[in-house]
Amino acid sequence: MKAVTWRGVNEIGVEDVPEPTILNSHDIIVEVGLSATCGSDLHLMGGYIPAMRAGDVLGHEFMGRVAEVGPAVTKHRVGDRVVVVSFVGCGKCWYCREGLWSLCDNGNPNPGLTEALWGQGIGGCYGYSHALGGWAGSHARYIRVPYADNGAFTIPEGVSDERALFASDAAPTGWTGAHQAEVRPGDVVAVWGAGGVGQMAARAAMVMGAERVVVIDRFDNRLQQVRTHIGAETLDYEEVNVPAELRELTGGRGPDVCIEAVGMEAHHPGPQYLYDQVKQQMRLQTDRPTAVREAIYACRKGGRVFTLGVFAGVVDRFPLGAVMNKALTLRGAQQHGHRYIPEILDLMSRDEVRTEHLATHVMALDDGPEGYRMFKEKEDGCVRAVFRPGG
Amino acid sequence: MTTTLGNVASLAARAGGSVVRQVKAVVDPAPARPAGTDHSASGWLVVTVVGEPSQIDTDRLPVPLAEFGDQLEVLVRAAPGDKGTELAARLRDRPSGSTLARLTGSDPQADLRSALRRAKQLIEVGEVLAVDPAPHGDRTPTPGGMLLEMWTRVAPKAGVR
Repeated sequence: MKAVTWRGVNEIGVEDVPEPTILNSHDIIVEVGLSATCGSDLHLMGGYIPAMRAGDVLGHEFMGRVAEVGPAVTKHRVGDRVVVVSFVGCGKCWYCREGLWSLCDNGNPNPGLTEALWGQGIGGCYGYSHALGGWAGSHARYIRVPYADNGAFTIPEGVSDERALFASDAAPTGWTGAHQAEVRPGDVVAVWGAGGVGQMAARAAMVMGAERVVVIDRFDNRLQQVRTHIGAETLDYEEVNVPAELRELTGGRGPDVCIEAVGMEAHHPGPQYLYDQVKQQMRLQTDRPTAVREAIYACRKGGRVFTLGVFAGVVDRFPLGAVMNKALTLRGAQQHGHRYIPEILDLMSRDEVRTEHLATHVMALDDGPEGYRMFKEKEDGCVRAVFRPGG
Repeated sequence: MTTTLGNVASLAARAGGSVVRQVKAVVDPAPARPAGTDHSASGWLVVTVVGEPSQIDTDRLPVPLAEFGDQLEVLVRAAPGDKGTELAARLRDRPSGSTLARLTGSDPQADLRSALRRAKQLIEVGEVLAVDPAPHGDRTPTPGGMLLEMWTRVAPKAGVR
């Protein structure tokens, strides 16, 4: 079958690869309907997460139809239209039972890699390097889904493929950030990054009762999407001083909750950006934490800061003094989507969460390299390139 | 031209740095980890599994552990805070675990880590999760890819401290 693969740093290919087969009794095989690029793929593409091998199939955000079912699967039948959460969770270990699904003890067959990096292994994720399990990704005609009773969710009638697709990763990641940051009614929430995840974090905060939600970015088209489809306010960080604007918006306090949805390749108009670029290129730090720093400085005393963007290793000039002296709560997570997706699908069916606008460029698998190039360069207003393996 | 040269230099520096870090991680993972956590002095390796201690019969251990036979000491105790049961195992005769052993994947301590992980999966899920054969394209040979392949061969023998 055809698949979009990682070939090397900044090199994406389209290759013929073998079709997946059922290996465990709780597996299903999904015929992929739609599969989205994600901002976190760009870290793999750029070599910032050096655990990819040439030939690895990319893609971790997808929906499709069940094509084959393992003997232990009870919730799904061939033909079901499903969306699949990006992380592989067994549903049995303590972490899954606690709702911390991305930390599943049993979903990553290569725990040694992340254990060396972070002290503990975390769960597995489709198409996201050998550090997160070596699972084949979804930019292909078929994908194997282990622990399918936990990870695949039937899409309600009336929810389009294009909308349901983003219940796989962008929306549950946003929900993870807002929920784990304990957004409460009356909160002012600032979100750094107006990509798919940032937009969904903003929407989640609104659903959870935030009084005011402000999203920060530099791309007009993404900020316009936030205003039109999410209903949040926006700030262009190339046009205004973000901390000053946030102070004014919040009566001098700063936002109650600051959600960073940018990740390790953050941009900034100031000299800090050059400093972080040089240090990252020289491998003196693995990540550029520009937006995290700003979120920490901007957050009100005693507030909550959540790192939702993907980071890999160590950073420099981290304002630990501000975290401590301002009594901030700092948290982070990959997505615990299994616990949020049923609610998200319900909200989608009631038109309270809309996501199809994120799929700005829908294309065939053959256009994989071009799709990733456009997505990386933000060309033609590309918010997400989405592949349709069936053509 | 300057930009091209700069990009080439940048890519070379990044590739070099990546290879150096991967070699270091394989040869000596300790610096990347919190001090002293690679091996405990006692030699016990422990996993926490769901369920009560009474549900684990040390005379009828899951196959991956039973295969060690008399070479193994096993302890079972309740985890605090309803976190399940701590299943601990150690080899009666413990080798030092040399760098060469780690690289060749013939470290008995690593084999025990792997066995504990598989035992935990059998207890919790009923089967051991398989990832291979996973679909992939052409594995163009590169130094980085070779090192990663070496690393992923030993990576399943971790996840247990």
